[in-house]
Amino acid sequence: MAVSLTHYLVVAAILFTIGVAGIILNRKSIIVILMSVELILLSVNINLVAFSGSRADLTGQVFALFILTVAAAEAAIGLAILVTYYRNRGSIAVEDINAMKG
Amino acid sequence: MTAAVAFFYLFSMIMLASAFMVIAARNPVHSVLFLILAFVNAAGLFMLAGAEFLGMILIVVYVGAVAVLFLFVVMMLDVDFAEMKRGFLQVLPIGAIIGGIVAIELILVVGSWTVAPAGSAPVGSPITPGVTNTVALGRVLYTQYIYLFQAAGLVLLTAMVGAIVLTLRHKVVKRQVIAEQNARTQASVVEIKKVPFRAGV
Repeated sequence: MAVSLTHYLVVAAILFTIGVAGIILNRKSIIVILMSVELILLSVNINLVAFSGSRADLTGQVFALFILTVAAAEAAIGLAILVTYYRNRGSIAVEDINAMKG
Repeated sequence: MTAAVAFFYLFSMIMLASAFMVIAARNPVHSVLFLILAFVNAAGLFMLAGAEFLGMILIVVYVGAVAVLFLFVVMMLDVDFAEMKRGFLQVLPIGAIIGGIVAIELILVVGSWTVAPAGSAPVGSPITPGVTNTVALGRVLYTQYIYLFQAAGLVLLTAMVGAIVLTLRHKVVKRQVIAEQNARTQASVVEIKKVPFRAGV
């Protein structure tokens, strides 16, 4: 019994589900929402790396590298917006963010 | 049961448990620490799948930079996080239902999906045996994907500039004005006072 592609896919699917559930459950705390987005991106990366390994194709790993780049940029910008918002409003509760009446 | 399988189950169990604790922990500092644990175990999974370079990058970039960034922001903001956790139990059924639907859909996808036979699809950049993962990745990244690589660098530059612009505060800072310094003369600066004897200023 070896580690097959399906094993990785199931683990990534569970991780993705945990990330989605985290966004819904912690909808008041935007920091935990950002962390859940990181978990979702990690599950996508696990899928890409698993396919890359099973098909002996490096393209998946290259794409995982680019996703890592975008995720790091997203975390930096998101946290910077968070800090700026906290300075202006003194709160980071998600339901208070309604200045644009969206 | 080989060592690879044992390590796969070890890494994935710890990763999933710590991912669950990320969304369930009451204190967000604990959430960040569990996120670090999840990323370290994911790096182990990457190495089992044959992506050594990505595993190391995951540890360096995520554990070393992104997770610490999260930690700093959590510690910097003075927010009542217990207040934010209120209402957790009210959305728990909705979250469980939606999470369950997503899980069932994904399991159906994984279960009903079959691997195409080898050789049916063209392989973009095959892994050549005998070459280390880092070397092989560099060979395709700097040739075939050079424009995407440059674009990724541009994305990171934009993120860096954006983060600095968003968080930089222009406080009242004493700055050196060289023109004013050079314009000072003895007449405008030095003042001679006649001090009476034994009276002081």
